[in-house]
Amino acid sequence: MRQKTLIKLAQQKWILSRNLSLAMMFVYFGFILLVAYNKQFMGSLIVPGMSWGILLGALVIVSVWILIYIYVRWTNNYYDHKIKQIMLHGEK
Amino acid sequence: MNTTLGQFNPVAIVFFLLFIALSLGITYWAANRTNNAAQFYTAGGQITGLQNGLALAGDFMSAASFLGITGLVALNGFDGLIYSIGFLVGWPILMFLVAEPLRNLGTYTFADVVAYRMNQKPVRIASALGTLAVVSFYLIAQMVGAGNLIKLLFGIDYEIAIVIVGLVIIAYVIFGGMMATTWVQIIKAGFLLGGTVLLSILVLSRFGFNPINLFAAAANKYGSQVLAPGKQVANPLDAISLGLSLMFGTAGLPHILMRFYTVADAKTARKSVMYASWFIGSFYLLTFVLGFGAMTLLGQADIQKVDKGGNMAAPILAEALGGNVLLGFIAAVSFATILAVVAGLTLSGAASLSHDLWVNVVKNGKADEVEQLRVARYATLALAFFSIVLGIAFKGQNVAYMVGLAFAIAASGNFPSLLLSIFWRGLTTNGAIASILVGTITSLLLIYLSPTIQVDMLNHASAIFPLKNPGLVTIPLSFFVAIFVSLLEKDKRSTEKFAEVQQKIHLGSHYDIIN
Repeated sequence: MRQKTLIKLAQQKWILSRNLSLAMMFVYFGFILLVAYNKQFMGSLIVPGMSWGILLGALVIVSVWILIYIYVRWTNNYYDHKIKQIMLHGEK
Repeated sequence: MNTTLGQFNPVAIVFFLLFIALSLGITYWAANRTNNAAQFYTAGGQITGLQNGLALAGDFMSAASFLGITGLVALNGFDGLIYSIGFLVGWPILMFLVAEPLRNLGTYTFADVVAYRMNQKPVRIASALGTLAVVSFYLIAQMVGAGNLIKLLFGIDYEIAIVIVGLVIIAYVIFGGMMATTWVQIIKAGFLLGGTVLLSILVLSRFGFNPINLFAAAANKYGSQVLAPGKQVANPLDAISLGLSLMFGTAGLPHILMRFYTVADAKTARKSVMYASWFIGSFYLLTFVLGFGAMTLLGQADIQKVDKGGNMAAPILAEALGGNVLLGFIAAVSFATILAVVAGLTLSGAASLSHDLWVNVVKNGKADEVEQLRVARYATLALAFFSIVLGIAFKGQNVAYMVGLAFAIAASGNFPSLLLSIFWRGLTTNGAIASILVGTITSLLLIYLSPTIQVDMLNHASAIFPLKNPGLVTIPLSFFVAIFVSLLEKDKRSTEKFAEVQQKIHLGSHYDIIN
């Protein structure tokens, strides 16, 4: 029983980790591909002093914080709780 | 503009001596508590999440980031920012895939995790090779950077500067172990972040505290192309290859991975990455301000007059904004930064030599505390001398590519086997070894065949391998080799033990209580 719950939880955690990693790769490589293949767009100005390149670059940094926040929230609120349950169950 | 850089600067010397005195005081305090191997390698696992987050940031924010990226942005504008962003995106990967399993499965080195369900000896030998390759190249970059920096900042001879760094490191690591190293990192991270924030505020105060005004002023002075991708990213595949290495390299750096053993449990490991990502992300955002600030306030010509690569942009900016005192402070911070990073690297290299090679391979895992600690200290001494030799041997080399190379080896040699050993049931001993060796060796080989070595250093007309960074080829290759070799054979023990690995990853030390 405990084994089963744990395998299910491990599966959930792996899926979240994988999806968040893919999201990070999508964001970062999206940025790099724009830098590499669409220089004109990245250089175009939104307002004087702010180009799309600089704005998107700063947003990549912000996206790192957001993705990490999602992960920490899920693990703190759901995962840690479940692990605690499994452990209490196991010690009985 | 006149600068006093490179001349005897009493304020800088005073700040520098203060830092050394403070850190040696901590080393003395830590030395009294370091009396077994667990203390030496992991500070007894008693570091808190916030402390470890700062120390991770301290390990990661090298002088190359602070001085190098500020200089790159000052001279190239937007192109320099690609580096600041690339260095951060490895952290979520480290967090999501590696940090917690590492804490729960290993004790001192990341080889503990890879070797857990495998045939110990060959895997540990391969991992130690991967570790030492990464550590060596990272050390060269730091040592040569240190020699040049100290020469420029304090007017001390290159060789003497290298020897000073080596001796201070020996003191920190041999006597204070991980406890002293961690506190040196924490203090250094605090100084570096404080200095960066202070400089940024001073820069922004000239532009109505609005970064957009600053960027606009830069565009006015040097044309709006400084806000757009430019000649540094001429080859798109180069940018992608470097991006891959930066992204997956962080999760393969031995001195970063080792830090997760200094905390008590997986939750604290998670917390420490969260804090580290805040510190490092803010730091890299501020490099936007420092870089464009130096470009606008100092002018590119004046920056290049002091150092062609622009590496002195941040110290000159400090002098222009805060006079001799601020220059002295930033100079001392830069030096402290190198000391701290070299200490972390030396410790992780020593752990690999003594824990992986000596204790687990030569002594079959049977060595008492006294012997483990003694071997770890000898290994530290050997590595510190090795880094002094490297620093002097590589004098005058262009070292920027060596950090990129260290990341490429980490991403292709260490990361694939680490990831697969955690998540893939089918990984076998031979698969792990093949992945580490192929990843490490092909990255070394392709770097040697790359334009950086062939064209820039050996002055050949063209290079056999077209990319400056091998990551695009070597990372997928290392994964492919691991999977291919594993599928060819059956490793019963490794497959059977995977269930145990999976439980231990999630339950940590409670696994042993339950079972």
